[in-house]
Amino acid sequence: MALLQISEPGQTAAPHQHKLAAGIDLGTTNSLVATVRSGLAETLPDENGSHLLPSVVRYRLGLPPQVGEEARAALIEDPHNTISSVKRFMGRGLADICKGCSCSEYDFAESAGSDSSVPRIRTVAGDISPVEASAEILKTLKACAEKTLDGELTGVVITVPAYFDDAQRQATKDAAQLAGLTVLRLLNEPTAAAVAYGLDRESEGVHVVYDLGGGTFDISILRLNRGVFEVMSTAGNTALGGDDFDRTIAQWLAGQAGLGAEMTVHKMRALRAEACRAKEALSDVESVSVAVPRDDGSVWQGELDREQLNALIDPLIQKTLSPCRRALRDAGIELDEIEDVVMVGGSTRSPRVRERVGEFFHCEVLVDIDPDKVVAVGAAIQADVLVGNKPDDEMLLLDVIPLSLGIETMGGLVEKVIPRNATIPCAKAQDFTTFKDGQTALAVHVVQGERELVSDCRSLARFELRGIPPMAAGAARIRVTFQVDADGLLSVTAREQASGVESSVQVKPSYGLSDSEIEQMLRDSMAHAEEDVAARNLREMQVEARRAIEALESALASDAALLSADERTRLDAALEDLRAKAEGSDHLSIKQAIEALNIASDGFAARRMDAGIHAAMAGHKLEEFS
Amino acid sequence: MQASDLTSNYFELFALPVSFSVDGAALSERYRELQRVVHPDRFVNASDAERRLSMQLAARVNEGFRILKDPLARARYLLELKGVALDDTDTRLDGGFLMQQMELRERMDAVKGAADAGQRLYELRDAICALESQLLDELSSLFSDGSPPALQRARDASRKLQFFHRLGEEMAQLEDELAMS
Repeated sequence: MALLQISEPGQTAAPHQHKLAAGIDLGTTNSLVATVRSGLAETLPDENGSHLLPSVVRYRLGLPPQVGEEARAALIEDPHNTISSVKRFMGRGLADICKGCSCSEYDFAESAGSDSSVPRIRTVAGDISPVEASAEILKTLKACAEKTLDGELTGVVITVPAYFDDAQRQATKDAAQLAGLTVLRLLNEPTAAAVAYGLDRESEGVHVVYDLGGGTFDISILRLNRGVFEVMSTAGNTALGGDDFDRTIAQWLAGQAGLGAEMTVHKMRALRAEACRAKEALSDVESVSVAVPRDDGSVWQGELDREQLNALIDPLIQKTLSPCRRALRDAGIELDEIEDVVMVGGSTRSPRVRERVGEFFHCEVLVDIDPDKVVAVGAAIQADVLVGNKPDDEMLLLDVIPLSLGIETMGGLVEKVIPRNATIPCAKAQDFTTFKDGQTALAVHVVQGERELVSDCRSLARFELRGIPPMAAGAARIRVTFQVDADGLLSVTAREQASGVESSVQVKPSYGLSDSEIEQMLRDSMAHAEEDVAARNLREMQVEARRAIEALESALASDAALLSADERTRLDAALEDLRAKAEGSDHLSIKQAIEALNIASDGFAARRMDAGIHAAMAGHKLEEFS
Repeated sequence: MQASDLTSNYFELFALPVSFSVDGAALSERYRELQRVVHPDRFVNASDAERRLSMQLAARVNEGFRILKDPLARARYLLELKGVALDDTDTRLDGGFLMQQMELRERMDAVKGAADAGQRLYELRDAICALESQLLDELSSLFSDGSPPALQRARDASRKLQFFHRLGEEMAQLEDELAMS
């Protein structure tokens, strides 16, 4: 019989205490927060009963920013201080943003004096980076969830388009940090949708997720097998969505009404709002009347019917089909293997989109979960599992990296190190050498993309490996190791093999915020909230300590047999020391005690991992080799 | 301290016999079982040491799966395990094979602009599939023979397979171009 466990005095013994976790869909047009309550995943309404928070932030002089419906109402009247579709700017430089032709709406500031080249939008409340604006949206969702659930969130899963590159993912994570959220995982939106559908239906086999949102398009092909969601391939376009439908319709309206090409931001927004209204109405009716104010004060009245709408949006829908084709090929599957297509994102409400996608894949399109909510619901289910509320859950998500990662070689060419659609986490090493005799330094330029020329790919980071001993050209062996974690984020190490000279970067995107900027912003926001920085540091370290203690306790509870008496004594001592320090108020000494515990438990961790693997493979070994 | 599974070979990791013939269903099944044990999602609340190990092992399981499921990568990996040098700069191959490759390439070039491009592409793909599967059979028997001369021939066969691999990539590109036009 197993011995009963008794907890220490003063410590609560609640190993399976329900932790608060949430899934957040940080969308181009709307954002949502969802959670699992009493076994059911559902989106949470705000105090007005609305589940969709418009992703709009309005900055005001001397007042806190407005987020959501109130901000959206000011889009036309206060265009320069009201930021919408900020997701399109995440992790992007000014040049990219202007390519998408939406830079004219805002007054972008030159990023003088800061140590990064992140674009900032001029507002009455100062220059605002996309990361900060996104953080405002996240803060609002956090507050909504914590109020509804009546407690602090332990962690969140935030969704990102599957086709987001490293810079865009990092920017999203930075925004979460700025909003004071603990990110359990960045989850790809189509994968989240598959989770929401898959758990409902328990359907095995190959499924396609077609996700056309406000500003981004993703296609993912997944195989479902007993709770394992294996993404086989993904493709997409991070600058294609319902916004583009609106823009195209707005252009048509302007043409019909005889408006000139020159337009104020105010007029443009009004026109786009009318276009959006007409588009949405046409999902249900065959024809809709439209009205556009002219410059002379008169109003143009007209009709837009479905046929005309289809003609306008067909070229855009067509643009989504070539990523579909590529995803199919990368997955190595034929059309007849596909069970169904899950439709996600507000733009899949369009009957034309449903029709064309059904035609392309020759199969049924699934629209029975609200396409606006399905991603947040899937994220909530994953968050609930990750935070540890379902220790015996069988669900596992195996996702991929959307774009190849490589480094620049001579002549501006790209050598791919990790190919697109590699399952994450992954690590890959490749050897490079020097070009000149006596070369003692090497510039490593990390890029992401499918093209062969560096100039056609996205530049992610540059760093230098210095102190290579002088050798003949081609004699040095420089091993560059790429590691992509389960969030799809990259870190790179370069090491000269003979001398052991090493250099590494946690890839910080060229158009991201630097660590010091984020820290400064955190300090600033705390100054506003009148929260003491030291107190926050201490609290964070105590949370970290508790996590480390709980992790080791649960490991000891199941696998103490893997330790010798001696090892056990040392581990217990380190554990006791950390418990004592965590009671104190010195965050540095807590940090040291956590590190000491980590070192002491390193070997134990390795043995536990081996034991886990051998247990999983044990049955097979007997059957194969006996 | 390293987990021993970071140093074992991929066949051992997946509890499969070291062989060119791999049971695809068993491989996929074991891949999922292994990821259930090592994936970082299982260690979100674990110690730093365990999280680091989990990432390394999950990456290794992914790499092993990629290599073992792909015949070309698997052949190259097996040769490496057997200590047969894979010199990619050595491009000598028998004349008959090179002739065959040139002929296939000519057929591929002729697809572009042809009135019955779709049909031609389809037939070409069939032809390539047949030749590739012959090569895979050959590799299978050479690896089960396992003698040094057989392994040398396996090395040549794996290099031939690489040619087909590239041809396949170009075919895919061509297919894209046709679909776009």
